Amino acid sequence: MSFMQILMIIVPSTLLWAAPLVFTALGGVFSERSGVINIGLEGLMWVGAFTSIVFNLTFVHVFGNATPWIALLVAMLAGAVFSLLHAVAAITFRADHTVSGVAINLLATGLTLFLVKFIYNKGETDIIQKGFNKIDIPVLKDIPIIGKIFFQNTYWVSFLAIIVAIIAWYIIYKTPFGLRLRSVGEHPMAADTMGINVTKMRYIGVILSGALGGIGGGVYAEAISSNFSHATISGQGFMALAAMIFGKWHPLGAMGAAIFFGFAQSLSIIGSSLPFLKSIPSVYLLIAPYVLTILALAGFIGRAEAPKADGVHYIKGSR
Amino acid sequence: MSKRLKNILTPIIALLLGIIVGTIIMIVTGYNPLDAYAALWEGALGNPYYLGETIRQITPYILAGLAVAFAFRVGLFNIGVEGQFLVGWLASVWVGLAFHLPKFIHLPLAIISAMVAGALWAFIPGLLKARFRVHEVIVTIMMNYIALYVCNYVIQNVLTNGKERTGNVPDSASLASPWLQSLTQNSRLHWGIVIAIICCFIMWFLLEKTTRGFELRAVGFNQDAAHYAGMSVNKNIILSMVISGIFAGLAGAMEGLGTFGYIAMKSSFTGVGFNGIAVALLGGNTALGVFFAACLFGALEVGALNMPLAAGVPNELVDIIIALIVFFVAASYIIRVFLERISKKEAK
Repeated sequence: MSFMQILMIIVPSTLLWAAPLVFTALGGVFSERSGVINIGLEGLMWVGAFTSIVFNLTFVHVFGNATPWIALLVAMLAGAVFSLLHAVAAITFRADHTVSGVAINLLATGLTLFLVKFIYNKGETDIIQKGFNKIDIPVLKDIPIIGKIFFQNTYWVSFLAIIVAIIAWYIIYKTPFGLRLRSVGEHPMAADTMGINVTKMRYIGVILSGALGGIGGGVYAEAISSNFSHATISGQGFMALAAMIFGKWHPLGAMGAAIFFGFAQSLSIIGSSLPFLKSIPSVYLLIAPYVLTILALAGFIGRAEAPKADGVHYIKGSR
Repeated sequence: MSKRLKNILTPIIALLLGIIVGTIIMIVTGYNPLDAYAALWEGALGNPYYLGETIRQITPYILAGLAVAFAFRVGLFNIGVEGQFLVGWLASVWVGLAFHLPKFIHLPLAIISAMVAGALWAFIPGLLKARFRVHEVIVTIMMNYIALYVCNYVIQNVLTNGKERTGNVPDSASLASPWLQSLTQNSRLHWGIVIAIICCFIMWFLLEKTTRGFELRAVGFNQDAAHYAGMSVNKNIILSMVISGIFAGLAGAMEGLGTFGYIAMKSSFTGVGFNGIAVALLGGNTALGVFFAACLFGALEVGALNMPLAAGVPNELVDIIIALIVFFVAASYIIRVFLERISKKEAK
């Protein structure tokens, strides 16, 4: 197997596995930059995956080939609505952000599995007819070498994820809205003094995280698993959280980390078909994202520091 | 209204709210809530077999709840109970299978190995928190996944030759009791419940009656004040994580040596560690509270298994109710405000 052939397998597979992580990690960035810790990302992905699959199965004969994309939009809405629970608890009711996040995760798994049994009378859904398929990107696929590696046998959602990451970077670092969002996460009192509505900004941050987490779950369900069961989302949300931290709460950093984790994930799955990887036990690839995140937090790979007011309630008038 | 009464009323109100919302969900989805709750009750306490299974389920919940609660009292959030639970489970089975010893040595050795494994797994986040100020929540989450994959690897490649589960531990390392089983119509009830109750007592004694416990609580209340009073904050942080890990590891031993007697590969988490968070929160992080909360959640989880058959309601409903209880306990600020309004009106 030539090096070229190996790259042609690994790169599209990496980008595919990275896509859900990129979306969800970006969601985490929005929430935590506004000062709300969100370990409910896993639950938001559950909601997104569930919604997209159910919508896809129900409306596939209405929308035809556009179904997966419309299902993705619905998953986005569902994630945003579900994240409101976290926002209300963590911002308005002053719940501990971590505890509320745990509740979101428990609630999402319980509710979606309950609804699957309610709707389909069995533990998992059928397999969807129209998911995200492999495509060749027009024009770009004809570029010599690069075209073959990056733009053939790949998925639209992979590139959408990268584009959204760039947009997120622009919003957070180059617009007044982004400045306000970051200021609320760093020093809410100063932001309040300058006339920024802390509560509103934090609500927006959490809702954006829900929308992006919902997309992440939807992408995973429609491009990778193709159905919804208790094992569809198993840790991708926490891996996205890890990517966000490993990327130091920066959109492009989170994207890079997510692509790297996607690489590790895809290697652990396709590794057995690659000659030089056969001898490495897949357990190393499976735990790599988590070990690296711990090392990054401990400061061995560049210190990762959270926004100053991450997880701190803002109570007007208190110092 | 006294503070004590408020502390007791808050979880009870959260519990009631959880059940009310759960009932609404059932009504909306067209299930009969009365049938469901009757099936739940029957499935948890209806006959000796169900009662035995309920007590069996309560055992790891008590220990997992103690693990979360102990760390909470020192101001740490140990989400890693699930991972510590898994390595404890693995270690107990490993030692159980590896040696041939008389029971009075073998069983304690297997249990202690589970405690050590859990303690080591919790020591790492404790050390990172104390030494580098790394948030323990993130590290323990990551440690959960490392535990999951490492355990699967060890089961498949070290303990067996590519099999999905290990053999059963020999009688000399087993907590199973034919007497308790015959008493409960062959449920999987085992001696672990005794260990769990002893651990409740140990936690209460350690935190409330010893100098070390006073230091641990002081660190939980205010690290600066504790430091100013000459206590070593770092030492107490690490210690609390280690003790928390010991409880979690013990919970694993309950499954490894008692309920199952073996360990199998897992595609995802068991949920015991996460339910431990719910138990600790509802129990107000006290030993006695954890005991009662574990009884409630154990009964809910076991009783739920009877719901699909007896009432046609998916057993996930109970997971929803547990999640809602956690949610309402977390948002108890609003319950407390409500209670304060009531007590103010009474005063007038």
